[in-house]
Amino acid sequence: MPAIADNGAGGQTRLAFALAGAGSGERQRRLWRALALLIAALIVAPLAVLLTRIGDADPQLLEHLLGHVLPTVSINTLLLVCLVVAGTGTLGTGLAWLISRYRFPGRDLFSWALLLPMALPAYVLAFVAVGLLDFAGPLQTALRALLGPELRLPPVRSVGGAALVLSLSLYPYVYLLCRNAFDSQGQRAMEAARSLGLSRRRAFWRVALPMSRPWLAAGLLLVVMETLADFGTVSVFNVDTFTTAIYKSWFGLFSLGTAAQLASLLLLIGFGIALTEHRLRDRAGYWSPGRGRSGTGEDLPDTSGWLATGICLGVLMLAFLIPLAQLLLWAAADASGIDASSLRAAGRTLLLGMAAAALVVSTALLLAYARREAPGRVTDIATRLATLGYAIPGAVLAVGVFVALSLTDRALPALAGADWRIGGTLVAILFAYQARFLAVGFGPVEAGMARIGRSLDDAARVLGAGSRRRLLQVHLPLLAPSLFSAAALVLVDVMKEMPITLMTRPFGWDTLAVRIFELTSEGQWEAAALPSLALVATGLLPLVLLNRQAQSRA
Amino acid sequence: MSLRSPARRTLAALAIAACLLPAAQATAADRLVVYSARIEALIKPMFEAYTKETGVEIQYVTDKEGALVERLKAEGANTTADLLITTDAGNLWQAAQEGVLRPVESAVLEKAVPANLRDPGKQWFGLSIRARTLFFNSKMAKAGELSTYEDLAAPKWRGKLCLRSSKKVYNQSLVAMLISEHGEAKAEQIVRGWVANLAAEPFADDTRMLEAVAAGQCAVGIANTYYYGRLMEKKPELPLAIFWANQNDGGVHVNVSGAGLTKHGKQPAQAQKLLEWLASPKAQNLFADVNLEFPVNPAVAPDPVVKAWGSFKASPLNVVEAGRLQATAVRLMDRAGYR
Repeated sequence: MPAIADNGAGGQTRLAFALAGAGSGERQRRLWRALALLIAALIVAPLAVLLTRIGDADPQLLEHLLGHVLPTVSINTLLLVCLVVAGTGTLGTGLAWLISRYRFPGRDLFSWALLLPMALPAYVLAFVAVGLLDFAGPLQTALRALLGPELRLPPVRSVGGAALVLSLSLYPYVYLLCRNAFDSQGQRAMEAARSLGLSRRRAFWRVALPMSRPWLAAGLLLVVMETLADFGTVSVFNVDTFTTAIYKSWFGLFSLGTAAQLASLLLLIGFGIALTEHRLRDRAGYWSPGRGRSGTGEDLPDTSGWLATGICLGVLMLAFLIPLAQLLLWAAADASGIDASSLRAAGRTLLLGMAAAALVVSTALLLAYARREAPGRVTDIATRLATLGYAIPGAVLAVGVFVALSLTDRALPALAGADWRIGGTLVAILFAYQARFLAVGFGPVEAGMARIGRSLDDAARVLGAGSRRRLLQVHLPLLAPSLFSAAALVLVDVMKEMPITLMTRPFGWDTLAVRIFELTSEGQWEAAALPSLALVATGLLPLVLLNRQAQSRA
Repeated sequence: MSLRSPARRTLAALAIAACLLPAAQATAADRLVVYSARIEALIKPMFEAYTKETGVEIQYVTDKEGALVERLKAEGANTTADLLITTDAGNLWQAAQEGVLRPVESAVLEKAVPANLRDPGKQWFGLSIRARTLFFNSKMAKAGELSTYEDLAAPKWRGKLCLRSSKKVYNQSLVAMLISEHGEAKAEQIVRGWVANLAAEPFADDTRMLEAVAAGQCAVGIANTYYYGRLMEKKPELPLAIFWANQNDGGVHVNVSGAGLTKHGKQPAQAQKLLEWLASPKAQNLFADVNLEFPVNPAVAPDPVVKAWGSFKASPLNVVEAGRLQATAVRLMDRAGYR
């Protein structure tokens, strides 16, 4: 659209549109590849800066870590990731299947309510869980009063406890994406499977699940990366993982170099997993034969219908309602965490989230489209690099972003001829969010793109539609649900984000997550309840709206 | 067409951000910028009082110590920050090591802050004392059974000890001081003894640890006094009591929340005035009382709640040792399996 090109800002967008309009064939593909590389370069810059710090690493320190720290944290991290993948995979696909295929009491309500835990940060769920379930908490205290003071339950603050909390907190990623997949598969594929004699169960395992592999994989990939990078949750449980080893090297042993060394290993693992997932997935095609509405679903008989209701309600209680009730109780008892500026904090949280979501989804769309228009190793690698930021701890990435921006700031006066600065402005924080959360936006967008048959592109091409028109008139309408999912995921993620916000926010831009950080860092869990509730409330509205839109377009 | 709206939103966001670009750089003579690891609630009252008294506005941003030091390093000569505040001496020592602080010659500060609570190199000064001592469940133990940090390693406390995570700087400082006093080998023995005595995996924070002591999961634990003060304010009925450790030898382990002038701050004279004001009697009460800490300035009495815990002998070691030996302490705790 020329109107956009005339706007004069937003280099990436303008370039993309110029690209999309440009001739055809090899030249166009080259331009798309260049665009993908440009995006990747922008995002990799802070990571690259970080890697240069490895030179400062102390070899003696690494030896110490290898001997006394890394064995334990490697086992813990592996165990945690496996448990969380199993947990979120089961919950996410199972619930999506129930909601998408069957009718039972409360189904329409649960359809969106099951997304609610996304508005509750995992670190909040973690401190609520520990507060409720640990030895000194109300549950065990009541049990001891009932069954005698010698009663000892298995420790809550353990890998298992952390895995449970992370599963309950992260399953909505898988649920949202799989529900989209099951919904858009349409009934026809299932009808075909059933008419070929497959039982309902086998149709799920042999047709529906394999057909939704891009979504499932995208969801689980997010879960794995989120788990690898998590610090907030595991530190509430005092479970030592790779991330805590990184923080220990930095804050405890005063060696950011060693921290960067460990973080680069985490990056490598993230890169490897992403690449493998991609290879596996790309062998098959996933476009669906038709887009029949599937919202209707099959009626479940009474008993199993109520069982389905019970399962959904149970998950919702554990992941959202009970923690919410506990937060309300704490907030009622200790309201010192809130003052007049809290409303402003909520507004800023939302504003930052929306700006970041718009930016991330636009970039994700361009990247995904570049991959489609110019498939091959270059765009493959560029995409993988551009989405790496999600796999390393936010605080470590924040340092990379900050150093990269400071270097730019030193060069800027010479380049721009004015005393301009990016560090400490909104540009800085949005850039940092983009580097961290592009993977979150990219997953759903790309999965959606994979579902659009190549034959559609060919048909459009034959009809004379150029690259730009194909994107705007063919892909976009079909992608709308995926784009909304992507925006919702990025929005809630950004609103919950802590370390990057802390390090790159402009003066006075304290978000709700910053408030929670301040209170919890002083051990004032009860006082943190109120800003946590505000964060949940702020996250709910966009979540519900986006869910509605996503569904109405599915 | 729907692409246009996200694209336009992006452009709008970028445009707004571009407008804000010049906002960060103006450094007026009547404004100071503070980077603080001490949370907003614990610094805002002082800054407001200072602004009221002098007309100097104070802008601040809070974050973790390590991140703030990296931030200062990355910004270099470009920084707008004038003052760095932390909640422990170790991180101030590290900031000085990294060369982001500048020495201050001030007779006022040297008089207000005891010598062992400030940097011998004059790059930073303690502003409040944080005492880390023993707390016990009064139904499970008696004050007479308690004596020292070292004693908690004795077999009689098997299964009766609770500790906070070794990843918290307060414990790293405590162990650093043990190393300074006893040498590394003896200190490691003590920490190994603690680990053997643990009743539960180490806790994520002092408050939860104190609650576990109160609930009877263990008989004794180590915590900073203000956590105890806060908890008892809310739940005075808890069977939890304070014990001043090591009164017949080394004294109670103390740390400081303190501050230093940044190397590249543009207004060192103004910043020094703020620092001196923070150490002055009228600010000391604000600084310490807001969090039930002890004032560093010996001329100032602590909050009545704090005073009621009784007076104690504090360790005379210079808190600079906490920084110098922190990395050694962390490695020692790793070796001893103290998580």
